[in-house]
Amino acid sequence: MRKPTLLSVVAATTAALTLAACSTGTATTGSSSSSSSSSSSSAKPGGAGGDVGVFTWWAAGSEKKGLDALEALFKQKYPNDHFVNLAVAGGAGSNAKAKLASDLANNQPPDSFQGHAGAELTDYIAKGQIEPVNGIVDELGGESVFPKDLLGRLTVKGNIYSVPSNIHRANVVWVNPAVTKKAGITAAPKDMASWIEDMKKLKNAGVNTPLTIGGTWTQVQLLETVLISDLGPEKYAGLFDGSTAWDSAEVKKAAADFKTLLTFTNTASDGDDWPAATDMVIDGKAAYNVMGDWAVAEFADKGKKDGTDYTYFPVPGTDGVFDFLADSFTLPKGAKNPEGTKDWLRLIGSPEGQKAFNLAKGSIPARTDVPASDFPPYQQSAMASFKKDKIVSSIAHGAAVNLAWLSDISTAVSKFYASKDDATLVKDLAAAAKKNQA
Amino acid sequence: MRKAKTWLPGFLLVLPSMILVGLFVYWLIAKNVFTSLQRSTNFVTDKVVNPGGYHNYTQLLGSGDYQHALMNLLVLTVVFMVGTMVMGLLWAVLLEKGVGAEGVFRSVYLFPMAVSFIAAGVVWRWLLSPAQGDGAIGLNQLFIKLHLDGLQSSWWSSPSRFSMAAMAIPAIWQLSGYVMALFLAGFRGISEDQREAARIDGASEWKIYRHVLFPQLSPIALSALIILGHMSMKMFDLIYVIAGPNSYKAAVPTTMMWTQLFAQSNPQAAAVNATILLIIVAVVVVPYLVTTSRSERSR
Repeated sequence: MRKPTLLSVVAATTAALTLAACSTGTATTGSSSSSSSSSSSSAKPGGAGGDVGVFTWWAAGSEKKGLDALEALFKQKYPNDHFVNLAVAGGAGSNAKAKLASDLANNQPPDSFQGHAGAELTDYIAKGQIEPVNGIVDELGGESVFPKDLLGRLTVKGNIYSVPSNIHRANVVWVNPAVTKKAGITAAPKDMASWIEDMKKLKNAGVNTPLTIGGTWTQVQLLETVLISDLGPEKYAGLFDGSTAWDSAEVKKAAADFKTLLTFTNTASDGDDWPAATDMVIDGKAAYNVMGDWAVAEFADKGKKDGTDYTYFPVPGTDGVFDFLADSFTLPKGAKNPEGTKDWLRLIGSPEGQKAFNLAKGSIPARTDVPASDFPPYQQSAMASFKKDKIVSSIAHGAAVNLAWLSDISTAVSKFYASKDDATLVKDLAAAAKKNQA
Repeated sequence: MRKAKTWLPGFLLVLPSMILVGLFVYWLIAKNVFTSLQRSTNFVTDKVVNPGGYHNYTQLLGSGDYQHALMNLLVLTVVFMVGTMVMGLLWAVLLEKGVGAEGVFRSVYLFPMAVSFIAAGVVWRWLLSPAQGDGAIGLNQLFIKLHLDGLQSSWWSSPSRFSMAAMAIPAIWQLSGYVMALFLAGFRGISEDQREAARIDGASEWKIYRHVLFPQLSPIALSALIILGHMSMKMFDLIYVIAGPNSYKAAVPTTMMWTQLFAQSNPQAAAVNATILLIIVAVVVVPYLVTTSRSERSR
């Protein structure tokens, strides 16, 4: 072995000392901050000052444009605060969530982080990692500006833990009308069975891939829309509170339908991302893609026109149901600049903030008092549906189930994609529910 | 007193590194084992997630998913080690036989090693796309263009139990050059006199390799095998990038550890997984370390 030189000894000792200093530093921030738990404080004009580190997985595309729009508005409205972008790219947020989990466990939280509203936040709430923000939500207008359904999903034991920034819809079929015309299909199918019939027609008309899919999470998203279609919104919602069994006849039928749908798709690998699947519809290689409504940005980027180059309808059998997911922002326990965080949350929840962000991102505002006329046609239709439709929570995007449950469901779907054995899929889904359900 | 003077300065010099290694390696291993034996319950549902003690181990080892992951690891490791050794040795022999522009070839073969697994994974995810026929991309598209349609494959996504063999392709591509460099150095270390002596005795080229050169390369082959073996067992980044976080087909213990720790918030299961992996690696590496230190002492 090489003998350590004097220099390396000195370096090692310094390193050890620095580490020790760091760890004591962490401990003190952790304990001193636990006292600042109240979220009701009055806004200072121009902002509270200091750095506000905001953690997201919005690092590319329309999501980044939305975040940039927010950053510009934040600078303008709270000139004292300094926005620090802590975005982590990749894996539809899975990389970011892993980084966030270790930051939170090490008591080094960002000042605010993005989280899907709903069950996904319960992980953080249960571990006591985020603070209630009832004060901020009330200040923003509470139930008079946010839908009651939505606030109910953000509320745990009487407390609201995040400020919603935007709403997406997951049960949308994107259609290339030029392709469906080949098989003489002009109207949207009424239910799952007639949709499958349409796909058979398309196949006979020479369209090899009537439906497109991407990696595992896009397949989970497709499965959840089939579940809503075959179970109806009430029974679907019952899957998560235990009133509907995961091995009931309806779920078995949904699994069988899901299997049938996969016979009409392209061959995807587990790691594929969604844009490739949507692009196949855009390029006329496929007829349908089931994707959340962030896909509208992909169509717009390629210069396609709503109504002529592409159309959309809710997944057959889910008309009048809004399969929702929402992004929201939190106040972590032990945030270094909680007052700055509150300024950020005020901006996120304000009508101006919601408009600027959602116009750029392609989603719809969580607030109901933002005028729809300012938005493009797709978003107008989504805003109208959101007001009158039955709202259910998305599985694939953490609104209905927490991360642990979602990862079990994802593994089951990934396993099914290789085996195409729907009986095992139902068995695995039931086992995942048994393991994770309260 | 005189005795202390001889050992004390040396000891003091080594002490900091002993403390650091003790803290950051052995204490953390102990901590990991300790975590793996803990009992845990779910925050929200109050259900017992890990019963504690050795039951944690029987629970994980008994689960079908983990057995599937271990099977994947075995397939990956065997194909990767055999593939890399064969390719590396082949290239080394070719270069050793004196091909023109040896320097160029040597760098070309070594370059993949300079690419990180993550970057290579992004490219290989696309190359190993399972799509066939019209929508084919990557290698399958290449085969179609070469009119070798029959060679198309679903690669690691195929339903076969041995599909992980395809995941070894990028790893072989990446590390064959390294093994080649090891063998080439081995060949260069053998003096030319031995070959000439063998030729004078009338040995054929094959016999020279078989009886004179290869036996002298066996220590190098052994170290290469150990290095490749433990790399394969710890391989995470390449598989994660190619197959995503929740892939069942491409699950190995390391990718499962990621899911257990970060997605399922189940550090106990991740620690059990890590301990099992450590034992598997130790079973391979420790005997090797013991024999090398013995042979070094006897020299």
